[in-house]
Amino acid sequence: MSANQILSTQPNPTEGSKKMLIAMVGIGVICALLIVLSYEGTKERIEILKAEALEKAVFKVVPGISKTRIFELTAEGTFVLSDGKDRSKTLVYAGYDDSDAFKGIAIEASGQGYADILRILYGYDPEEQTVVGFYVLESKETPGLGDKIEKDEDFLSNFKALTVALTEDLSKIQNPVVPVKSGLKKNPWEVDGITGATISSRAIGNIIGESSAKMIPLIYSQKETFISAANPNSK
Amino acid sequence: MTPTKTTDLKADPSSTDEFIKGLWRENPVFVQVLGMCPTLAVSNSAINALAMGLATAFVLIMSNVLVSSLRNFIPKQVRIASYILIIATFVTMVDYAIQAISVDLHKNLGAFISLIVVNCLILSRAEAFASKNTIGKSALDALGMGLGFVFALFCLGAVREILGNASIFGITVFPESFQEWIIMILPAGGFFTLAFWLFLFNNYKLKKAKA
Repeated sequence: MSANQILSTQPNPTEGSKKMLIAMVGIGVICALLIVLSYEGTKERIEILKAEALEKAVFKVVPGISKTRIFELTAEGTFVLSDGKDRSKTLVYAGYDDSDAFKGIAIEASGQGYADILRILYGYDPEEQTVVGFYVLESKETPGLGDKIEKDEDFLSNFKALTVALTEDLSKIQNPVVPVKSGLKKNPWEVDGITGATISSRAIGNIIGESSAKMIPLIYSQKETFISAANPNSK
Repeated sequence: MTPTKTTDLKADPSSTDEFIKGLWRENPVFVQVLGMCPTLAVSNSAINALAMGLATAFVLIMSNVLVSSLRNFIPKQVRIASYILIIATFVTMVDYAIQAISVDLHKNLGAFISLIVVNCLILSRAEAFASKNTIGKSALDALGMGLGFVFALFCLGAVREILGNASIFGITVFPESFQEWIIMILPAGGFFTLAFWLFLFNNYKLKKAKA
C-alpha cells in the first residue's frame, strides 16, 4: 500500500495513528495478561518436575549410588543438611551406596552458553579427586550443532575421569579445568572440545573450571561432614 | 488444482468444508508444503511429532480465533505486528504447558517450540483466512488445518521411528534381528520420508483426477 492510499483511506492522520496505538497497546496488554496467567498457573508444577529431573540426574553423574542427601552452602563456606526447597541457595547432592558409604557429590553449575544460560550437573569423587560424570540440565543450544554437548560420545568421555586434584595445602586445585581445541587434550585436567560446537563445548569447560575452583576445595576439606551425614537417624 | 477457487465457486461453503479442506484437500504439509522446519526437524519419533503437531494446532486455533475476533479492531498497517504478537503469546503459553507436562519432552522439542512463532502456516491462516472470516469459520478452518498438520507430522514421525528405531511410541515392534535404519532418525531421513509421502499423496490425487 502506498503512502497516498493510506492518506486517502484515512483523511485524518492523527486519528489513524491513535487507532493503531490503541490496537497495539490493547493487544499487548491482553497478551501480557495471558502470559502472566499461564506462567503463574504452571510455575509450581514446573518446579516440582525440574526438582525430580535433577534428582534423577544426580544418579547419572555419581555412579554406584543408591540414595542422596541435599546440602546447602552457607555464607561462611560450610555445608549443612538442607531440604533443598530454597532454590536461591547453592546446593550440592551427596551420594551414598547401599552400605551408607559416601561415594561422591553432584554439583550444580551454570554459565553463559551460545544461546542462553546453560545449567549443568557434574559429579565429583573426593576419593579419586576426579570429576566422574556430567549431565546437561537445561540448554537452548542450536539443534544439530551446540546440542552435541549432550550427545557427543567423545565429548562426554571427557568427564569420566577429569582430574581436579588439590594442591598440597588443599587451598586450591592444582591444575584448573580448562577447555582445549578438539583433539588437543594432553593432560587429564583438560576438556577436549567439539568441532562444530566450539562455543558450547568451551562454555562447558569454563563452567566446570570456574565452579570446581570454588566448590571442590570447600567440599574436600569438609569431607567428614558428608561422610557422617550418611545415616542421620542413627545419631 | 486451485483449492481456493473451488471454495469461491460455491455460493455458501458449508462449515464442514472449512474443516475438511485442511485435513485433506489443502493439507498444510502434503499440499501447501508449509511449516517445513518443524516437519523435518522434530518428526524423528512418533511422540515428538505428535507433541509438536498438537502444540502447533493449539497455537493455530487460538490465534485464528483471537485474530478473527479482533479483525475489525486491528488497523491494516499494524496487522502483521499484531498477528505476530498474538501468535508469540500463545507459543509462550504452550512452552510453559509442555514444561509442566514433561521435562523430557520439553528437552526433546527444545528450540523448536519457540520456533512455532515463525511457522508460516500460522501466519498464513491468520492473514489469508481469519482476518476476513467470522470467528466460527476461522475456528473450524484452524481446527482442520491444525489436525491436518498433526496427521502429516504423525505420518512422518511414525515411519521414521518404526524404521529408524524399530519401535512406535517407544514400544518395540520389530524382532531383535531387525537392523535399524539409523539414517531415518537423522535429518536426511526426514527428507526421504517427506518425499515418500508427497509421492504417495500426489500419486493418489493424480489417479483420482484421471478416473
